[in-house]
Amino acid sequence: MSIKLFRIDDRLIHGQVVVGWGQPLHVGFIVLVDDAVRASPVEQELYRMGVPPHIDVIFASLAEAVAQLPEWDADPRPGIVLAGDIATLAALTENCHRVTRINVGGIHARPGRSERLRFVFLSDAEVEQLQRLAARGVEVTAQDVPTARPVPLAEFT
Amino acid sequence: MSNPLRGVIVSHAAVAKALIAAVENITGVSDAFVPVSNDGCDRDALFRMLAEAVGDSPAVLFIDLPGGSCLTGAVSYARGRPELAVVTGVNLAMLLDFVFHRDLAPLAAAQRAAAAGSRAIRTPAA
Repeated sequence: MSIKLFRIDDRLIHGQVVVGWGQPLHVGFIVLVDDAVRASPVEQELYRMGVPPHIDVIFASLAEAVAQLPEWDADPRPGIVLAGDIATLAALTENCHRVTRINVGGIHARPGRSERLRFVFLSDAEVEQLQRLAARGVEVTAQDVPTARPVPLAEFT
Repeated sequence: MSNPLRGVIVSHAAVAKALIAAVENITGVSDAFVPVSNDGCDRDALFRMLAEAVGDSPAVLFIDLPGGSCLTGAVSYARGRPELAVVTGVNLAMLLDFVFHRDLAPLAAAQRAAAAGSRAIRTPAA
């Protein structure tokens, strides 16, 4: 399997993803699944700025990700698939049985959310979304960087 | 005479605060910079903090890394606002230069600070 990490992170492509995970996983590509960024060349340029030239960055809409995931998964290079919210990765999971593990990497404070971990704030509805994923057999853990302990879903919901 | 430019340092963790402490220690100037940390922030929260830090003043936003959430947030915030300019790769040398050239227009001050910061990066023989 080429995709080494399916991650939810509302900061999208940033240091923890590119350096924290990208270095030890030796990633060759990062897929950002985000409809808004996919539609904005300016946003794409910004996100590319933080990525070294040897790592390809692919911007995909959710629909494109559903269609192209098998192709990315067959890529000989290790890769990361990233989304900014639970709903996007949940939809990807529903449409593709290749997603068996999800990393909750960073969901930050907003009105209606409460702190579950230092880097994970969730509303009750978001907790239910994650629990539904787990009920379908997807392993959900929270882990901001590879050196941290992966926290099982039951421990932070 | 117009008010001097404000510097806003946007960083991971407490880098911005530490840099401001160092500037004050070296120059005695204590009102040139405002720190913003991305700790615990998503993009909306970072926008709110930037708005608060910038206020109504023309400003230069100094960002720690040439990529990542601090930069993407700052560039998005500054887009369409000619009273703001952005510099990445902040270091102490560029901040020290900026402190004494806050009478420039934002873009000119940013370019000058970037040049000063670049000149400070060397590999002297030990």
